[in-house]
Amino acid sequence: MIAPSAYLLLSAILFGIGVVGVVARKNVLIILMSVELMLNGVNVAFVAAGSYLGDAAGGVFAFMVMTVAAAEAAVGLALLIALYRLKETIDITELKVLKW
Amino acid sequence: MEAVLFILFGAIAVCGAIMVVTRKHPMASALYLILTLFAVAALFVLRQAHFLAAVQVIVYAGAVVVLFVFVIMLINVPEDRLPVERATTMRVLGVLAAGFFILESAVLARRFSMPKGPAAEVGTVETVGRALFTDYLLAFEITSVLLLAAVIGAIALAKRKT
Repeated sequence: MIAPSAYLLLSAILFGIGVVGVVARKNVLIILMSVELMLNGVNVAFVAAGSYLGDAAGGVFAFMVMTVAAAEAAVGLALLIALYRLKETIDITELKVLKW
Repeated sequence: MEAVLFILFGAIAVCGAIMVVTRKHPMASALYLILTLFAVAALFVLRQAHFLAAVQVIVYAGAVVVLFVFVIMLINVPEDRLPVERATTMRVLGVLAAGFFILESAVLARRFSMPKGPAAEVGTVETVGRALFTDYLLAFEITSVLLLAAVIGAIALAKRKT
């Protein structure tokens, strides 16, 4: 029998690695993948909490998070393609037209 | 048995995640992301969430990562024009902050206690479907609007000629 805290710890580790990817990398594609990692870490916490507490809301919210992740990937990658056409780069430090 | 499987798949998920954020080429990252997603799906099975495990494999590994791979191949940045990663002060501080976050969560998770019963079936087709179409019907309907907005947004963004 595994303690619930083990699942929460694993969820925090996955989320933390995702945060490292978002703040430390320059490649936009890898940043988007790190966001997916963070969402997955949250899903682990939702499913574990739901099953230990016997509440169906855990599964439903994990489902919602997956939907949002799919929508986010679609829009994010469309943005990336539009940007690449315009700038010919996937380096996040060179995409600063909104900064002044 | 359950503990062995948890440690095995948890270690695979964490190693895959570390590889995702450390690889230079995005294609390698995408393949390690698939590894992590499968390991997380196995953890869902361990918690009796069979439906969510299937959705995880179909939607994430089958749709989202394929979309990533598709875009990586479509824009096909040459090896020598990939961004060069340098360890600036802000980046190192960011990594340290994330490590601090993990430690803090570990301390909090140890204090957090839930009733240690057998896995209640919260992730099966029946329970998710029943909850989704009764208590969370409004959220479910709004999700369709979200997906429609994502479809229209993605097409509008990718199609524009500039």
